[in-house]
Amino acid sequence: MSTETQSESGISGDDGLESAHEANRRIRRLLFGCAAVTVATTVAIFLVLFDNAASYFFGARVSEILFAGDAFERTVTFIEFFTGTRWAPDHSTPAHGVLPIVWGTLAITIGAGLVSIPIGTATALYLSEYASTETRNRLKPILEVLAGIPTIVYGYFAVSFLTPVVVDGIARHLVDPVGRGVHAVGTALPGSVEIRNAEVHFGDAVVAAGESMIGITVGRYSMLGGILVVGVMTIPMVSSISEDAMQAVPDELRNGAYALGATKYQVSTRIVLPAAVSGIFASYILALSRAIGETMAVTLGAGFNANLTANPFAEIMTMTAYLVSMARGTSAVGTVEYQSLFAVGLLLFLMTLTMNLLNDRLKQRFQEVYR
Amino acid sequence: MSLGRGEELFADIDLRREKLHNRAFHAILVAASLFGLVMLVLLILDVLWESYQGLTVFQIDLVQFLTQPSSSRAERAGFGASILASIWLMVLTAILAFFLAVGCALYLVEYAPRNRMTRLIEANLANLAGVPSIVYGLLVLALIVNDAGLGSVILAGAIALALLIVPIIIVASIEAIRAVPSGVRDGSYAMGATKWQTIRRVVLPQAMPGILTGTILALARAIGETAPLIMVGTMLHATRYPDGPFASFSAMPTQIYNWTYQADRMFNGLAALGIVVLLIFLVVLYVIAGYLRKQYEAEGTLTNV
Repeated sequence: MSTETQSESGISGDDGLESAHEANRRIRRLLFGCAAVTVATTVAIFLVLFDNAASYFFGARVSEILFAGDAFERTVTFIEFFTGTRWAPDHSTPAHGVLPIVWGTLAITIGAGLVSIPIGTATALYLSEYASTETRNRLKPILEVLAGIPTIVYGYFAVSFLTPVVVDGIARHLVDPVGRGVHAVGTALPGSVEIRNAEVHFGDAVVAAGESMIGITVGRYSMLGGILVVGVMTIPMVSSISEDAMQAVPDELRNGAYALGATKYQVSTRIVLPAAVSGIFASYILALSRAIGETMAVTLGAGFNANLTANPFAEIMTMTAYLVSMARGTSAVGTVEYQSLFAVGLLLFLMTLTMNLLNDRLKQRFQEVYR
Repeated sequence: MSLGRGEELFADIDLRREKLHNRAFHAILVAASLFGLVMLVLLILDVLWESYQGLTVFQIDLVQFLTQPSSSRAERAGFGASILASIWLMVLTAILAFFLAVGCALYLVEYAPRNRMTRLIEANLANLAGVPSIVYGLLVLALIVNDAGLGSVILAGAIALALLIVPIIIVASIEAIRAVPSGVRDGSYAMGATKWQTIRRVVLPQAMPGILTGTILALARAIGETAPLIMVGTMLHATRYPDGPFASFSAMPTQIYNWTYQADRMFNGLAALGIVVLLIFLVVLYVIAGYLRKQYEAEGTLTNV
């Protein structure tokens, strides 16, 4: 900055100008400080998680080893952590295999993707290509409301409606032969206070939505319940970002196809979808990334039992549900439970970071093509 | 003759099949679009029905519910302490997040040179917005609650929520500040104002409605957040009224979670009523944001003309 020469040759050339420049520099530094805090947050997240996670694997935090000279010992090996199939760090015979809860997270994420990706894409296609302006203006706010509902409310919805009515209905009607065994598992859970023996049809079940808490047979939590609720939650993310991408497809492409005799179906599936593909994929990745980090709905939907199972009616535990179940605030510092929080948290952070970077890549491509 | 040739040309196209295709596809799209609506209606009906059950079957007293602190006994449990804790959280979160976010947005729009550092800050913002909320809770748990020894208090919860919503407010603020026409800035400079004087007296007042709208929408997000507060270590039940930023607490969403988690059905009625209160808070915030945005848009058109 060449403020010194300017102030000498200035018209007014007085002290006021000099102090104004000084004030400007100070403000600039202050505002830069604000911006730097956001970068510091990311660095802090990584360092703090890494530092505390180290105590889980090596018995002491990195900072303690470096600055206080603490000795370190291997408490949990990486091989045990990444390949073990039982997860119970707080058990009297502890096991440190993270696979069951990683599987829980992946099962929910993939399952939710199977719900939200087709429905979200179809909704986006409808809004972008088929709906009249009037319908669009009515449907879009509904999707925004769906996106604005707190996750704890979705969790409540899973516990009081989706699992006891929808999942239970599916278990009874579609997979009954399998279902009996499942029900036996389910009834052993603490949530299932009463078992309704009468055959419940789906229609009755919907009417009896309010009584939902009485008629639990699948168990209070199930993988499918978690999948459904996270699927519903992520529909608006897929639909709104995909729709933006579809709207960005130039009309010339559509008109060209119509001129060649294409039908609306053909234009939608063979012109609009391929042309908007990178934006659509970006929306998928965002939705999946959200599903990985989703906490309350998943915890109340899928439960707290670290099962390595593919049974959609069984209770499972995701990484985030584990974090919630082990949260003890100040009282647990130094225990293995406390240390394991950060090992799991670091893994979760790295998973979502990878997804976010992938999303950035796709978004850049999508912007390069049409802007 | 020419007609015949035309028919031959299109002979391989079965128009009826094409029409059927189109109609079926249209129907699928409509059904998929309605799915979200159906889920929203079911969710709202479910919450209302459970609240109604709570009020009639379990005879929850509304006055007691709104004024009493919670209890491990369902008959004596209320939501009052949680409502107050959430209000404390919102005020503290707003103060912590607002200045930081607006400062960052001003730097990025008005001062930042086009260099690698600026690109890093911008890329980092996109990344921060994608970090799961529970991770912010872990950060505050380790750094503030335990290492700094603050304990599981309202201020610690507010710090976690503030970190969570800062990126959201920054994005909204950048948009609002960019929307101020450059002619207005140039006019200010031409009158001899310094950069900071221009920002403070010309740019910020014009951008403020947009910034406030973004802040309120971000607060609406924060007030419903549960996971970071659980990680910070809230009380299981909000058994007493918080008396300041350094009191232990259980906010509205965490109290709802604890009630939902209980097997006793009366607690589920309480949770449903709690959700109704939480949703009312959200609706009020959205209405205020919508009102501000309308004002802002009306003013915007005036200055542009």
